[in-house]
Amino acid sequence: MTAAEKIWHMEKTPKATIALAGNPNSGKTTLFNAITGSRQHVGNYPGITVERKEGTLIVNNTHVKLIDLPGTYSLSAYSDEELVARNFLINEKPDIVVDIVDATMLDRHLYLAVQFFEIGIPVVIALNMMDDVKKQGLRIDKQKLAKLLNCPVVETIARCGCGKRELLEVAIEQAKAKKESWTPLKISYGHDIDLALEEMTAIIETEQFMTDRYPARWIALKYLENDSEIIAQGQKFPETAAKLLEITRKTREHCQKTLKLPPEAIIADYRYGLINSILKQNIIVQEKPRHKRIEMTTRLDRFLVNRYFGPVLMIAILYAMFQITFSVGEVPMGWLQDGFSWVADTATRLIPPGMLQSLVVSGIIDGVGGVMGFVPLIAIMFLMISFLEDSGYMARVAYMLDRVLRIFGLHGYSAMPFIISGGIAGGCAVPGVMATRTLRSPKEKLATLLTAPFMPCGAKLPVFMLLIAAFFSEYRAQMMFSITLIAWVFALLVAKLVRSTVIRGESTPFIMELPPYRLPTLRGIFIHTWERTWQYIKKAGTVILAVSILLWAAMTFPGLPQQQLNQFTLERQTAVSTIDNRVEQAAALARIDNREGQAALRHSLAGRIGTVLEPVSRLAGFDWRTNIALVGGFAAKEIIVSTFGTAYSLGDVDPEAAETLSSRIATDPGWNKFTALAMIIFVLLYAPCIVTVVTMAKESSWRWAIFATVFNTTLGFMMAVAIYQIGTALFL
Amino acid sequence: MSKSLRQVASGEKARIVSVAAEGEIGRRLRDMGLSPGTEIEILGRAPLKDPVSIRLKNYTLTLRNSEADYISVEPLEV
Repeated sequence: MTAAEKIWHMEKTPKATIALAGNPNSGKTTLFNAITGSRQHVGNYPGITVERKEGTLIVNNTHVKLIDLPGTYSLSAYSDEELVARNFLINEKPDIVVDIVDATMLDRHLYLAVQFFEIGIPVVIALNMMDDVKKQGLRIDKQKLAKLLNCPVVETIARCGCGKRELLEVAIEQAKAKKESWTPLKISYGHDIDLALEEMTAIIETEQFMTDRYPARWIALKYLENDSEIIAQGQKFPETAAKLLEITRKTREHCQKTLKLPPEAIIADYRYGLINSILKQNIIVQEKPRHKRIEMTTRLDRFLVNRYFGPVLMIAILYAMFQITFSVGEVPMGWLQDGFSWVADTATRLIPPGMLQSLVVSGIIDGVGGVMGFVPLIAIMFLMISFLEDSGYMARVAYMLDRVLRIFGLHGYSAMPFIISGGIAGGCAVPGVMATRTLRSPKEKLATLLTAPFMPCGAKLPVFMLLIAAFFSEYRAQMMFSITLIAWVFALLVAKLVRSTVIRGESTPFIMELPPYRLPTLRGIFIHTWERTWQYIKKAGTVILAVSILLWAAMTFPGLPQQQLNQFTLERQTAVSTIDNRVEQAAALARIDNREGQAALRHSLAGRIGTVLEPVSRLAGFDWRTNIALVGGFAAKEIIVSTFGTAYSLGDVDPEAAETLSSRIATDPGWNKFTALAMIIFVLLYAPCIVTVVTMAKESSWRWAIFATVFNTTLGFMMAVAIYQIGTALFL
Repeated sequence: MSKSLRQVASGEKARIVSVAAEGEIGRRLRDMGLSPGTEIEILGRAPLKDPVSIRLKNYTLTLRNSEADYISVEPLEV
């Protein structure tokens, strides 16, 4: 129990736990944000990446804990979200469920409400989007609806927070009235099913089969519905389970024979039948004549998802999104970089030269600063994505691209993670991997997550620019375009490969709502963006700190032996005493410093690893210096160019202004066009940076994150070797 | 006179006769409101003629042709 929970239990004021439930796009999260404002806490349900949001507030002296359940269409065990919602109700027994329904689509949204009635938990219905109902000239007889549903009904408009106060008061009142008593609604599902239910309920009740957790008739219903979760739990009591499964089997056979439908279909039909019979009793009244005008969404969709215009417009929108992200993001990124270099300068001044200074400045500040520098970019990117998601456009992108992506075992929703990761050169795989959350299907999500890091992210670009400038300066644009194209080809082909081997399986259905276009609320977008950005800061901050220190240590220790150090000191003294010209003297000293730096690097652990790897890496044309840079690039791809600088004895090299380094490489006898090509391919494909790997592990599992690291490196190396060997054999 | 949802042209209206899918797809289709008797209208198809987008119960739903195959409908006179 956490401290906060203890306080919660100790307090004497009346308490109520309210769970907010509803279909996706019902305005549930908007209402939750309107009620809790900033007093909310976001976490994950254990083991899965479904977000758990909680908020606390006081209403009329009652302490209210509000939980925002994931949006679901149903309470079956179809998706993680549905399972989470159901288990929450069963395990934590909230005092009341507030079911938010879109009042303009009552017949579909009440399907979830009926399932709450079946399980018996106290419910209050929030009729949301009442403004849209009025716009359509409709009126809903909420008294009659409340009477027929036998539960309170409150009208709300989530966007303005209208009705939220009344909703909470009614919910608290109802929670008190219903205190702890669950009364499952007995619906008739037709003669055959009812008979089976009766028989099974009797068995369940006499043998007390899981009745401590679930209502008896509900367990029977889930058996007939072939609910994998409940059936799996029932296997703990094999004798009773066998009886129930036998009845289930017989009923299924009978239904198939007589009605040509499985029991779950019949049950669903009766649920809809119940809803229709309620709605037919003049619940929805057409007050004003309905406008003949076609709805805004349908009209917009005529252009936005038009077979010819749609894709063109989509590319334009995505491209604009990138342009905005990077042009706007550059400014605060510059501030952050300046801020960190100021901190580094200050630390250099305050801490006396030596190991500690080196650790703090080169290890910690540079390492963490490098990662934190991405925060503005990621925040802006998320702002855009939140906008596209909340407005309803993202679902259309998935709709338009699904057919193409399906060829490769992916899903319509795979497009966004690819694009964010750098599908249009210059993204970042960390938010890209995080964006795979919108993929509800685990197999496609995994395939997307494993292949998204192939994309040319912003940190890989300086490496490409450096090598292109050195060897292919006359084909700049063509080279960049080809690299992006190659990344897509590899991502799609590898996705196809893993989907037909390690994560084989049927594609998950693409049965998806295209939500009406809505102007997102500012608050919703900002909360959304802040949550994701903060998660990035937390993850990056902890992991990168540790890795930066490790990497610094590997490039620092062991230091040069005293004898060599003395040698450099001697050289310096000679330079000072023999060269009179100030400028020349400084240049000579800098050259000595650089040579010392290079010698120290070669002597260090990282240098030794680089040297040890040389016999193998030679196959792709990489020498020990390239190896160090590539090993360092595993921490962050930005490190590749700066390590190159040190290794090629050029001292500090700014990755943005690397002309001197590129000319140096261009004239180095160890380099040719094919070494450069091999290196480009390798950097494009090899292990994702450590922050991405950690993010991948959080979104899937460490097993898959490590798989990606090893697999991508192997693939990258094989490609690099092939290019270098074939290229040098044929053309040199 | 019923036919598969795949065969209905864009802009046409129809009424669902049966949803023959079982398991996960069947459950999902029914969760989304595709039950017998429901009236639908085909809004259009994605650039490669798949998936299809339909209007029912006052909202828009998309599904792949392979999923539409499970649904048989009878055309409605406009």
